[in-house]
Amino acid sequence: MIEVSDVTKYYGNFPAIMDISFRVEPGEVVGFLGPNGAGKSTTMKVITGFLPPTSGSASIAGYDIVNESLEARKHIGYLPETVPLYTEMTVREYLDYMGKLRGMASDKIRTRIDDVVEICHLEDYYTSIIGKLSKGFRQRLGIAQAILHEPDVLVLDEPTIGIDPIQVVETRQLIKDLGGDHTLIVSTHILPEVSQLCERVIVINEGQIVATDEPENLARRLLGRERVDLQVKGPQQEVLVALESVEGVEEVSRINIERGVIPQYRVESESGMEIRADLAQKVIEGGWELHRLEAVTMSLEEIFLKLTTEDED
Amino acid sequence: MNTFNIALKESKLYFVTPAAYIVGAMFLALTGVFFVFDVTAPFAEASVRGIVEWAGFFIIFLAPLLTMKLLAEEQKLGTLELLLTSPVRDWEVVIGKYLASLLILLAILSVTFYYVLLLYVFGEPDTGPVLSGYLGLILYGASALAIGMLGSSMSGNQIVSAVVGIAILLMLSYVHYIGGIVTGLASSILNGISMNHHIQDFSRGVIDTSSVVFFLSITAVFIFLTIRSLETRRWR
Repeated sequence: MIEVSDVTKYYGNFPAIMDISFRVEPGEVVGFLGPNGAGKSTTMKVITGFLPPTSGSASIAGYDIVNESLEARKHIGYLPETVPLYTEMTVREYLDYMGKLRGMASDKIRTRIDDVVEICHLEDYYTSIIGKLSKGFRQRLGIAQAILHEPDVLVLDEPTIGIDPIQVVETRQLIKDLGGDHTLIVSTHILPEVSQLCERVIVINEGQIVATDEPENLARRLLGRERVDLQVKGPQQEVLVALESVEGVEEVSRINIERGVIPQYRVESESGMEIRADLAQKVIEGGWELHRLEAVTMSLEEIFLKLTTEDED
Repeated sequence: MNTFNIALKESKLYFVTPAAYIVGAMFLALTGVFFVFDVTAPFAEASVRGIVEWAGFFIIFLAPLLTMKLLAEEQKLGTLELLLTSPVRDWEVVIGKYLASLLILLAILSVTFYYVLLLYVFGEPDTGPVLSGYLGLILYGASALAIGMLGSSMSGNQIVSAVVGIAILLMLSYVHYIGGIVTGLASSILNGISMNHHIQDFSRGVIDTSSVVFFLSITAVFIFLTIRSLETRRWR
């Protein structure tokens, strides 16, 4: 549905993005993750046809974004990072205007406005002047205009930035609900958002894609190891030795050292090895009490830091 | 269709926001004052020459003030990004907005008809020069708006946009003064591109085809430049 190949974009002499390539399949929800200034917004602007790429090409629904721009644009709903709204218009006027610009028929616009106003919970603000709406409602209106013409592809650039936590939750839920009907690409620098919303993450840093995967796989793959946390009541030194003797285990460490608490251990093993059963077996054989045993995935924060700060090794 | 929708939205905004009223009121007040000076002067004649000349002068400021927000504001608000990623062509955006500003200019100019009405009540003006004078004013205004639009496309700041427009207009309006100093080909070129040089005929009741073509060309050229300027914003 979205195809980006070898896209490079220079601002003057500064390369904002370098050789970016990825595909998004119909119906997929993809997160575009990266720190500020990584090139997320630039990529969004190229996909939506606002900025032509310096080299490379992008297409939406099979239409080239530069050569068949008008056709491609018909398939896109776009919410730029700045949430651009005409502050002097009312909600209804604004949506009506956006509908007309997308070439929708007037009666279609009318029914769709009712729909999107309901989806985005803007019923009470139908006739309000946009300039008087709070940031959260503007964000919703921004999403409302993006979905108004029922586009195949929705591009949302930092949709939850700058709104209060309750509205963040609501906006995320709204985006989640949209996921079913649209091919969705969401850019963000907020990590939990990605794991909540997206089936697949593209991590970008300094203008280049550094990883693409499902949020969970990304964790496993990047770590190169799997982690299991255990809580075992028993003599610490013996437990450590016993756990280390399990096949595939590379490292065992204590992770809490307070007194009076049942000791916890973190076992790291080669990826692809299933060692949990063996670990449990060892603990039982030693005659100790096993209180907890669970596989731990690396949090996206950790992955992100690893991806964006670590030197090549 | 897109052009029409954009024109409709922009003209609506002109009517519901105060800016156009304020600028229009200032324009009418100033032309009104000079109209009074004109008709109360000794040996005053019942003609629109004074109106056309002064209105022409004030349009240099009126037109860029009317057009300054058209593209500059879209850039500032970021709505340009939305507009240009909608299935709308760049020229539809520019022409739509241009037509809206033209409509407002005509609305403001139409108010000055009551000066003309006064002329008819208290004197016997020649109808021919009245009509040709207004035709000239409208052509001049149409060119001025196109120049103002170019200014608006060049910056996200409305003040800068207006100043750019006014500067170009002042230059194009008074370049014939330099034409009067130099001689030969340079003189005729400078006179030829002066907007004021071309408008003088109209207020005397002469409709010179070359002047009509001149104003229409200025309008077309600056609209074209505006479209290109909008396109180059994408490439920066």
